Amino acid sequence: MLAQFGYGILLITFLLSLYAIAAAVHGYFTQSTRAIESARRSMLLTFPLISLAAASLILLLVQGDYNVQFVYEVTSRSMPTYLKITAWWGGQAGSLLFWSWLMSAFATAATLRKWDRDIEFLPWVIVVASVTLAFFLALNILFEDPFARLYQTFDGSIAAYQFAPAGATPVVPADGRGLNPLLRHPGMIIHPPLLYLGFVSYVIPFAFAIAALITGRTDDRWIRLTRRWSLWAWLFLSFGLVLGGRWAYDVLGWGGYWGWDPVEIAAFMPWLTGTAFLHSVMIQEKRGMLKQWNMVLIILTYALVIFGTFLTRSGVLSSVHAFAQSAIGPSFFVFIGATFVTSIALLLHRWNDLRAEAEMKSLLSREALFLLNNLLFMSVLVVCFWGVIFPLISELFTGQKVTVGPPFYERANSPLFAALMLLMGIAPLSAWGHSTMQTLGRALWKPAIAAGLGTVAIYFTYTTHIIALIGFFLVFFVILVTLYEFWRGARARQRAQNEHFFTALSRLTGRNRRRYGGYIIHISMMLMAIGILGIELFQSETQGTVQVGESLNLQHYQLVYEDIARFTGPDGREVTRAVIQVYKDGQPVAELHPRTDYYWEAQQNMTIPGVRSTLADDVYVLLVDWEPASAIGATFKVYVNPLVNWLWLGSFLFLAGVVVAAWPDKDPESVTARARARGARQISAAD
Amino acid sequence: MTEMNEAAPRRAVPLWAQIFVFAALIGLLALVGVTLNKRQQGTVQPGDQIPDFSMPLFSGYEYEGKSEVRFADLRGKVTVINFWASWCKPCEQEAAELQEAWEYYEPTGAVVFLGADYVDTEPEARVYLKKFGITFANGPDMGTRVSQLFRIKGVPETYFIDKRGVLRYVQVGPFLSVTDIQKQIDSLLAE
Amino acid sequence: MPRTLRNTKYVILLFLILTTLLASPAFAQGSNPPTDDEVNAIAKQLYCPVCENTPLDVCPTQACAQWRDLIRLMLSQGKGEAEIKQYFVDNYGARVLNEPPRSGLNWLAYLVPPLAILAGAFIVFRALRAWKKPATASPALQSEADAPADDYVARLEEEVRKRN
Repeated sequence: MLAQFGYGILLITFLLSLYAIAAAVHGYFTQSTRAIESARRSMLLTFPLISLAAASLILLLVQGDYNVQFVYEVTSRSMPTYLKITAWWGGQAGSLLFWSWLMSAFATAATLRKWDRDIEFLPWVIVVASVTLAFFLALNILFEDPFARLYQTFDGSIAAYQFAPAGATPVVPADGRGLNPLLRHPGMIIHPPLLYLGFVSYVIPFAFAIAALITGRTDDRWIRLTRRWSLWAWLFLSFGLVLGGRWAYDVLGWGGYWGWDPVEIAAFMPWLTGTAFLHSVMIQEKRGMLKQWNMVLIILTYALVIFGTFLTRSGVLSSVHAFAQSAIGPSFFVFIGATFVTSIALLLHRWNDLRAEAEMKSLLSREALFLLNNLLFMSVLVVCFWGVIFPLISELFTGQKVTVGPPFYERANSPLFAALMLLMGIAPLSAWGHSTMQTLGRALWKPAIAAGLGTVAIYFTYTTHIIALIGFFLVFFVILVTLYEFWRGARARQRAQNEHFFTALSRLTGRNRRRYGGYIIHISMMLMAIGILGIELFQSETQGTVQVGESLNLQHYQLVYEDIARFTGPDGREVTRAVIQVYKDGQPVAELHPRTDYYWEAQQNMTIPGVRSTLADDVYVLLVDWEPASAIGATFKVYVNPLVNWLWLGSFLFLAGVVVAAWPDKDPESVTARARARGARQISAAD
Repeated sequence: MTEMNEAAPRRAVPLWAQIFVFAALIGLLALVGVTLNKRQQGTVQPGDQIPDFSMPLFSGYEYEGKSEVRFADLRGKVTVINFWASWCKPCEQEAAELQEAWEYYEPTGAVVFLGADYVDTEPEARVYLKKFGITFANGPDMGTRVSQLFRIKGVPETYFIDKRGVLRYVQVGPFLSVTDIQKQIDSLLAE
Repeated sequence: MPRTLRNTKYVILLFLILTTLLASPAFAQGSNPPTDDEVNAIAKQLYCPVCENTPLDVCPTQACAQWRDLIRLMLSQGKGEAEIKQYFVDNYGARVLNEPPRSGLNWLAYLVPPLAILAGAFIVFRALRAWKKPATASPALQSEADAPADDYVARLEEEVRKRN
């Protein structure tokens, strides 16, 4: 009953979003406020409706109604309740519904805002949001029905139907198949929703951009309206990526966090364009330049979001992350084709209106450096995109499948990342409009020398590896420059206002959130860079088979194999858990428990590492092989991952940075007005 | 800014650039579309003519004493091609049945059984063949060429090809009984 | 197909050696058996087609374990890294390598990104040159172009610069 109810709700919501599209278009062309208002209300209704459908699905999952195919596939009796709920996005059908639900939530939030000044955007924002929503709902309704139920037809075969054929009898399995063990990790519970949040929230800036293109109101109003949206979207996407890395580190047993897997890259690509967009909108806001380019970037971001989702879900790419092959491919393909062609045609149509008088006084001005930053992000994008696409080309033209793996991306991207870091150090010190070698040099020499000294210290104490030294220099340089910026601003304010230094610092940050939040993000990126440098350049590993009492040695560490046991876990998995005592330079430092979990229902093995984590390095132990019957002993693989913890530390600071930058003001217009007035007052006081 | 906009010459995007953008877009869509189509195609379908291919054979598992088998040479006989691997558990379920069927048809000389060992290591493959006492022709699927030709989706899969080289039946997953195998072969022999 | 034949024979030979070795107790503490680390060093660079996009050294499936055993066997025969990789390519196709082999159409994989990046750099460079105006026209624009919302920032910078 609940299943039919949920499906019915989905159908109604789908029709409602179609109506919203029609009403909005009609309202725009006939200048009918009533029609547009009606479209807006329908749009607002979609969220409670989809929430109802989602609630039905969650109820089915929690109750364990295995007659429903989706419930049967992703849950089982032994799973705890919280996992039954999160199983919502553990399979194709459910995660599509999750997508739609988020989409409608964002569309609602966007439609609820005050529209007085921008009423001409409204119909087209509704259209873009509703088209996207209707498409995802259609996928659920036509191909991936989360509410389809299992029936046995007269010829004996069992299949899932929403509308059972005559004579079919319902099938209710005694237990479900259970959630994919890989998805039972806490990181995996939040990693996909965060990524989806990031993906979906980019639909809103895109909708505004398209509205701007259609209505011809091509000033930077759309950018100002969606500035916070794109920051939050970027936050979710970034954090989704980091959590994905953490999940891989904890669960996949690679000893690493990022494998340049095509599906990872598919999520990374919109992040690249999104990051470029965050920077280049500032040029448009300050200098009125690059209007066309910003449009290109936001369209590209949306396109990459949809394209990445398509690649992952259609079975075009195969990977650990990919969903099982699905029937949604062709319709997804058509949707992609239609959105790409429409957006590009619109963009070309308005290209001239977006033309702006551009002027660049110096190649060292901040806008010029931002342009360079965009070029670098696009270069990384080109490398990634080509790496994902090339195997398809090779397979098509030569029939030969090839793998494009880590060496390809690392070789091509590391110089680009290094250049980006260098820019991150220089750009904050260059001024809008004009900068000369002299002014820049004056600002830069102190941090550069300090960073050089730091690097020399690293050379004598830590490593002589040339790439690492370049990397560490850049990290020091960026951090010093950024801290210097904080200091410089706070000092100026301190003098002008007679405030305490820390009061000045916090007020400075509070009043220029985007700028200083951005700087905090820069520092966090550098902390992450330390972790990446450490694990990429200095990871060491060894593998060996040992008897109880014997040990493996790696670097400063001695790992003594003390014990092993096999037992059955609470949810029916078979756990094999070893006890390893870790000694560092002869001193016991930790006891680790690497284990393998075998899930009978999924016939899948999970290798869970034992990790001792410090700021200097991680000891990461995997239990590779052990058979109770054999006398050979147990095989362990040990990694020492230097500095990798900085990656996760950096991600917390990153979170803080984005929150500082994106925290909503009570009312953006009035706050900026007040800040302006206050700023003027302060300056005159200082004079 | 707006004034400057109007003052700027009303140049549209040059035609060549428009053509380039759309050509690139269409090229990308075509590439993805073709790949998608290929992924969704599934295996070779009954009724399809199987193109010629050749396959090396393990020593001890030759076909008529030759260490390489050419598909074209099998015309006039019913051919059963079984894709398997030693790491594949379901393959073990049908291994004995396949051998039994082979022993049943071998004296007639009208049926060829061919085992294609899919991405496997030879030592393990030999252990497997020995374990199940398999005697029909078997060889490695070098470079996965044969499996790509049949577009197999996994192992085990078994393909029944008639005397004219046309695929007639595909079994995805293991056979459960010898009679299931015989049923397919008999209907092809009867033609 | 002379090459495949040669390989097949080669494998057979290896297999025979393996069986004799396994049969003899000497194998356990054989003269110089390859270590797991030596095996992994090569396995790291290979991908098995069964579990796509997972490097062979960390892939948990049985197929991959068998492949690692094969690497070990070939190492114990004194085969070099290049030889082992070539064997895997011949047997399982080019996709076992972690990068496209540098030959034929695959060169595109390596050439397109740098060319595209150069083209992008060229476009940016041209735009910058076209936008660069003589410095005389600047002062008026500077104060106007700055968005009013950021007056504070701009002035602050200005002020800081003065005080330095």
